[in-house]
Amino acid sequence: MTCTEFLALLDELIDDDVSAQTRSMLQEHLNGCEHCEVTLSTTRKTIEIYRSHEVYELPNSVRQRLHDAIMARCKNGC
Amino acid sequence: MATIQIGENEQHPDLALVASARTGDVHAFETLVNKYDRQIFRIAQHITQNREDAQDVVQDAFLKAYEKLDQFQGNSKFYTWLVRIAVNESLMRLRKRRTGKMVSIDDDIETEEGSVPRDLADWSPNPEQNYGQAELADILRKTIQGLPHGFRIVFVLRDVDGLSTEETAETLGLSVPAVKSRLLRARLQLRERLSRYFRKKKAGEK
Repeated sequence: MTCTEFLALLDELIDDDVSAQTRSMLQEHLNGCEHCEVTLSTTRKTIEIYRSHEVYELPNSVRQRLHDAIMARCKNGC
Repeated sequence: MATIQIGENEQHPDLALVASARTGDVHAFETLVNKYDRQIFRIAQHITQNREDAQDVVQDAFLKAYEKLDQFQGNSKFYTWLVRIAVNESLMRLRKRRTGKMVSIDDDIETEEGSVPRDLADWSPNPEQNYGQAELADILRKTIQGLPHGFRIVFVLRDVDGLSTEETAETLGLSVPAVKSRLLRARLQLRERLSRYFRKKKAGEK
């Protein structure tokens, strides 16, 4: 397996959407390719960081104002 | 068909809330607002890149959803239906800001940048811990803002919000292969850009 072929299956590997046979081929490539191993681990980390850190917080005061506005209009039948 | 899905995975709790809201129970709708407003704000902010616009989108998307509840078929999740409304509202806001220029989810995606990893240095262990919360949030914001919005929104829906590939495709009106190809490139581009901050420093580097 080449690095390009590995890369084409990177998402499937990350999302655990590969057959056992494909997985073992990918693993075999990883064992001998430091670059792809780094790409895999840092891509996983990228996703994990974005998932666990809120980039755009909605402050409670704004949230309350929006709720009040939405519910006032809903009660009036929009 | 909704009837086929119900047997498989029980009825989604949102459906009961939607049904109550349809009969005029505003508190049922309020529960849905409480449940999803933060995610809708996040999506709107990622598309519009503007705080006021994102707040307006939250308001308009929920109001539009409330008005159109009768049109909600129940063969998709309420949340994906709501996101679809919010994405359209966000694109409309973006278009207004760009003085009428057409904006679609297909914009700006010709770039091949980042399809092949270039920065192959490993990262420090738990690199996010080297930064304060505010500094890290700033880095994450700046990094994702640099992506074409057609990539950014796919990454946010799929990886941050946790929608499936099929739900993301349905929500954005894209094909499944298009979502897959954008997701890979979005992930690789983000990784490449974050590497500037997170790569292991060589001896002597500041």
